[in-house]
Amino acid sequence: MSCQFLLLLLLSVGVSAVEVQRPRGVPLSKRQFYEEGKPFTCLDGSRTIPFDRVNDDYCDCQDGSDEPGTAACPNGSFHCTNAGFRPTFIPSSRINDGICDCCDTTDEYNSGATCQNTCRELGRKERESLQKMAEIAKEGFLLKQQLIHEANRGLEDKKAKLGDVQGSKKDLEAKVEALRTVKEAAEQPEREAKERHLKAWEGKLSFKSISPSTVCNEHDITGSLVSFKLNIKYCLSLISNADTPAPEETSREEINEPVSDNESDQYPDDDIPEDEDDDDEEDEDDDRDEHEYKIPPTARTEEKKDDDEGAMPPYDQETQNLIDGKNAFKTELFNFGFGICFRNLEKEISFDFGPSSEFAYLYSQCYELTTSEYIYRLCPFNRVTQKPKFGGSETNLGSWGKWAGPEDSIYSVMKYEHGTGCWQGPSRSTTVKLTCGKETVVTSTSEPSRCEYLMEFTCPAICQEPPNLEISSHEHQEL
Amino acid sequence: MAPLLVLGLALCLSGTWAVDKGNFKTCEQSAFCKRQRALKPGESPYRALLETMELTNTRLTLQLINDNNKVRLLLELYRLQGNITRVKINELKPLKPRYEVPDVLIREPTTEPLSVLSQDENGVVLSLGVESQRVIISARPFRLDIMEGSDVLMSLNSRGLLAFEHLRMRKDTFSYKVTSTVASVWDNIKRVFSSQADPEAEKKEEADPANQAETTKEEEEKVEDGMWEETFKSHTDSKPNGPSAVSLDFSLPGVEHVYGIPEHADTLRLKTTDNGDPYRLYNLDVFQYELYNPMALYGSVPVMVAHSAQRTTGIFWLNAAETWVDISSNTAGKTVFGKMLDYVQGSSETPQTDVRWISESGIIDIFIMLGPTPKDVFSQYASLTGTQSFPPLASLGYHQCRWNYNDQEDVKSVDAGFDEHDIPYDFIWLDIEHTDGKRYFTWDPHKFATPKEMLQGLMDKKRKMVAIVDPHIKVDGNYKIHNEIRSRGFYVKNKDGGDYEGWCWPGSASYPDFTRADMRAWWASMFAYDQYEGTMENLYTWNDMNEPSVFNGPEVTMHKDATHGAWEHRDIHNLYGLYVQMATAEGLIQRSGGVERPFVLTRAFFAGSQRLGAVWTGDNAAEWGHLKISIPMCLSMGLVGISFCGADIGGFFKSPSTELLVRWYQAGAYQPFYRAHAHVDTPRREPWLFGPENTALIREAVRQRYTLLPYWYQLFYRAHVTGEPVMRPLWVEYPQDLATFALEDEYLIGRDLLVHPVVEEGARGVTAYLPGKDEVWFDVHTFQKHNGAQNLYIPVTMSSIPVFQRGGSIIPRKLRVRRSSTCMEHDPYTLYVALNLQRTADGELYIDDGHTFNYEKKEFIYRKLTFANKVLSSVNLAPDAKFTTDSWIERIIVLGASKPSKVTLKTADGQEKQLEFDFDASMSVLTVRKPGMNAGADWTMTFQ
Repeated sequence: MSCQFLLLLLLSVGVSAVEVQRPRGVPLSKRQFYEEGKPFTCLDGSRTIPFDRVNDDYCDCQDGSDEPGTAACPNGSFHCTNAGFRPTFIPSSRINDGICDCCDTTDEYNSGATCQNTCRELGRKERESLQKMAEIAKEGFLLKQQLIHEANRGLEDKKAKLGDVQGSKKDLEAKVEALRTVKEAAEQPEREAKERHLKAWEGKLSFKSISPSTVCNEHDITGSLVSFKLNIKYCLSLISNADTPAPEETSREEINEPVSDNESDQYPDDDIPEDEDDDDEEDEDDDRDEHEYKIPPTARTEEKKDDDEGAMPPYDQETQNLIDGKNAFKTELFNFGFGICFRNLEKEISFDFGPSSEFAYLYSQCYELTTSEYIYRLCPFNRVTQKPKFGGSETNLGSWGKWAGPEDSIYSVMKYEHGTGCWQGPSRSTTVKLTCGKETVVTSTSEPSRCEYLMEFTCPAICQEPPNLEISSHEHQEL
Repeated sequence: MAPLLVLGLALCLSGTWAVDKGNFKTCEQSAFCKRQRALKPGESPYRALLETMELTNTRLTLQLINDNNKVRLLLELYRLQGNITRVKINELKPLKPRYEVPDVLIREPTTEPLSVLSQDENGVVLSLGVESQRVIISARPFRLDIMEGSDVLMSLNSRGLLAFEHLRMRKDTFSYKVTSTVASVWDNIKRVFSSQADPEAEKKEEADPANQAETTKEEEEKVEDGMWEETFKSHTDSKPNGPSAVSLDFSLPGVEHVYGIPEHADTLRLKTTDNGDPYRLYNLDVFQYELYNPMALYGSVPVMVAHSAQRTTGIFWLNAAETWVDISSNTAGKTVFGKMLDYVQGSSETPQTDVRWISESGIIDIFIMLGPTPKDVFSQYASLTGTQSFPPLASLGYHQCRWNYNDQEDVKSVDAGFDEHDIPYDFIWLDIEHTDGKRYFTWDPHKFATPKEMLQGLMDKKRKMVAIVDPHIKVDGNYKIHNEIRSRGFYVKNKDGGDYEGWCWPGSASYPDFTRADMRAWWASMFAYDQYEGTMENLYTWNDMNEPSVFNGPEVTMHKDATHGAWEHRDIHNLYGLYVQMATAEGLIQRSGGVERPFVLTRAFFAGSQRLGAVWTGDNAAEWGHLKISIPMCLSMGLVGISFCGADIGGFFKSPSTELLVRWYQAGAYQPFYRAHAHVDTPRREPWLFGPENTALIREAVRQRYTLLPYWYQLFYRAHVTGEPVMRPLWVEYPQDLATFALEDEYLIGRDLLVHPVVEEGARGVTAYLPGKDEVWFDVHTFQKHNGAQNLYIPVTMSSIPVFQRGGSIIPRKLRVRRSSTCMEHDPYTLYVALNLQRTADGELYIDDGHTFNYEKKEFIYRKLTFANKVLSSVNLAPDAKFTTDSWIERIIVLGASKPSKVTLKTADGQEKQLEFDFDASMSVLTVRKPGMNAGADWTMTFQ
């Protein structure tokens, strides 16, 4: 131990002996330009001055290179060696300003400021934190590998399901087509009943309010439709397993509330038996989500309206079809039911879950953080909300927008946009910063600017393969 | 905050971005203004009773009588030191005392002897001592003319608009009340019509006053609407004292340009008001104020400056009540001059400006400042109300403000942002959200849990903070400040004698009676470090909302029938904000044991506020028009003593375009108070949030400010000593150049820097007027020389800030810009010597510790720098002063120089040394390298 200390001491003496060889503030890499006793040429080549004008506290070079160790040049920079920590450059205006900037105190050589050399302490702390981070990164990275694996499997499953649904649909369509001709002949007396249905249909302003399942029940009259219902059920199970949280298209009208909540709420439990699907993890989340998505009835009515608007185009189409083709109704019903299946599966598959789908596991999950005033809730790829802790309605802080990190790490930032509008301001938006962590958790939220929220979020999916820690810490020791 | 704002102010705004004019009175809606304005020029009913004249050595008194109602007034006339005439008119025997404004004059003005030159039954001629100046008092009708030689400088009551509503007993209380109520209802109905712009109704209204004017001539004065009660919107003003307005007209022969009477968002040169409302002086919290109109804003200085090529004069109307100022220009010479004066004015073509002041209560107390130069007027006014406080040097640096920096972490990261982007700043500001529930003198326990830690963090970087302390106090039994004020009976009282309560940021709030000296002393004591917990010496104060703003009050302010001891709020209104700042500044002085200079920013102000700190132009908007108007608004304030003025950089409401923000940073760098501020609902706009290119532009603007801090500082020292404005209109320095009289898109800083900021969107160039046919001007960036007396087109890019240094001046700069002004304290100076056509130049250099009152103990360096006969020298201007500095002269740049063969420096110890220099022949710029002498030393430098 004492030997090591001695060695270090010797080393540092050695280092400072080397530093004498170059003017103050010059990094080793530029030492060759500052040769004692020889005229100095400004590093931009603009002029040559006698060597005694280097660091003589007067700025001779346009580029500030003659005063690396004084504050004389407005554009100069000073190199702190910071033995024990990281070397760095500071603007030369911070030389002798009475504020300790370099941890080795070398920037304050003539200001009377009493600086402590904190490099070793900083170095130690940095190494510790690097180590800690590396450990987290390591574990996080392992988790990430797992996530990638699961995501890929899940994706295949879903693709397969999508294929199934497509197959069933075609099959059913054929059957329905066959039945149609039969029924057409037989149906004449049923016209009145159909008109009744038509009225019922028109009477409901909301397309969504006629859920596929209720329609199924009403029309469960022919044997052929039994299979339809089964298939609808299958479809719905897919939907509910995926929790269909994705807002339909992310068009602005729809952003206020997600479509899916209401749909899943409206399926009567007895009608949709808890599915036989194999994915346990997802099931758990279903329960939680269904439970938590329950909203006060008043709010729900409002939201319904929003949803209706969002879903209007297919409704119009539906209506049109209803009017145009007498028997198209049922076909369309099929299409509608399958449409939901398709859209959600396709939607989920189409999300950018990262280069290896490592973020897929966040889909359909929600994470909460409670502060002194609010409960914040982040549902990745869906939306961010804020709810007062002590009662009050939920505010949408933005719906899924895009990955918005810098070019080299696009997946480090999520952007949620077009939340509830602000008074005389823009609509709310949230930036979610992702950092590597073993846990998937929201660590902080803030509102740096009115209606622009910032959320810190840790998860393993963002973890990068850690660099080899041993080597880097060794290097620091050397310095 | 937004909901409060909506509740308080913006209910009827419905999303439009403009002032809701309906919230504020027009003259027509202000009963006394309407009454007074109905009075048209004509023969005055007032007569001077010459037999009552008494003249002591320095004081003349004389009774005036209103021949209509026989009420007598007492006129007092004083000759004051420094060419000022004071005229006071009060009731001879008022029913009860009328309010006379205290605490504005720095002392009882020194009087000078008066003597009667001649007297007959028509009038009296008094000698004013100097320059054959005389006052002529005419008896019937009463008027007063001030003359110099054969020129009339100013006439009072020449249009017969003197009106003095004497205090009276209310007659037949019951029946009157009925009629007045009926009348006010009728008035409301009429108002509804007129607000719908019904031309018929308006005509009717115009006709009415004329009738009334007729009737007032009757012996027994008729009771008019609004005399004993007045209702505006839902607010009723009870007016227990009845009518009490005062009014007087002034004629200014030969004058076509009048300035001053801030605060208005209007042109520098005041406009005539014949076709609209008069300029209004009534401190109001105007939400989203509109440009180019005479509406009242946050502050009032009842001082008007009149200027012609021959002379500059000023009128100081010392009255703190609601005041309206009418201006008309009468070049046709319609004004009726007295017979005595007819021979004087040969031509009736003389241009003339007529002014009329109307105040709701108090007395007529006027100070006529006779100049004759602009600087004479400044020093005359300063001799009455004091000079600009000498601010701490750091407060001239850049201020970063926002409503709000959310918490300590936020403060820390913004502070770090400045370092990261290498932009200097001195102060970071905290708006109302930093408090514990808008309880001033407290900190939010969660967001600002450890304020000292935060302040220490700033102090470690030699930076400072300002926290807001508003005068509305949350009514809350658990709030120490409230309990203390209430138990001491320090609150303003409502008309029924209870503590006045209004609605402001904290919800229900009461307002300390700052007119009371004991209240102010108590308030000041609250700034002690052991009272105001969590504070340290680098925390300073900002007084906002001190008009006072009362969200649910009439015109968003206090009820006029609220009481301050014996006086009504009506009497003192415009003074309230000054008192708030006075008590606060005193608190900051006291907490340091009288050592440190305070820094207090105020929104409301009055005559004398210049002694107390800085003023900003309130809640402006992120619009080009607001950037543009910041120049005339601050120039107007400077003319009436308030030099430390600035506008919110970027605009408070709304979000500026990047171009606007950059331009505002550039313009603001050359205005006295340099603070960026933003509304809570606007996106963040710290200087580095607009891409590296714009960060660089803003950095450069702020750095230019910092290099010039020595110049700013010494100009503030000069302003503190002399009262002359720091930022001044061109005509102040070129009083005979008519081309400068209405300029408001450019101005001078001191005498030597001309600034023409770019304030137009997408500007490709600006045209600057460079004054002075014998002057030359040097572009401070390129050193290019331009001749004076020309309109110069300057092409501009986004980095351009057109600034010129006058040939003949020497300006000290510190080119080593650091992260705060305090970090630059010991840095060396570069002297910019700009030669004029005579190849001479001079300037000054002032240095002190930058923050204490020790300069009052002569601890400073004050030097005269002169360049003449190829010799540059530094001579001590204050030999009895003592101060030492580490700063030295690192460089001398001579603009318009010729190439010397050698440059020799001779220092006080007799040593000579030859200096190295560079000469740029293409620009005629000589740079002397590192002369190295101490900035406080005597030296001469010879250019052979």
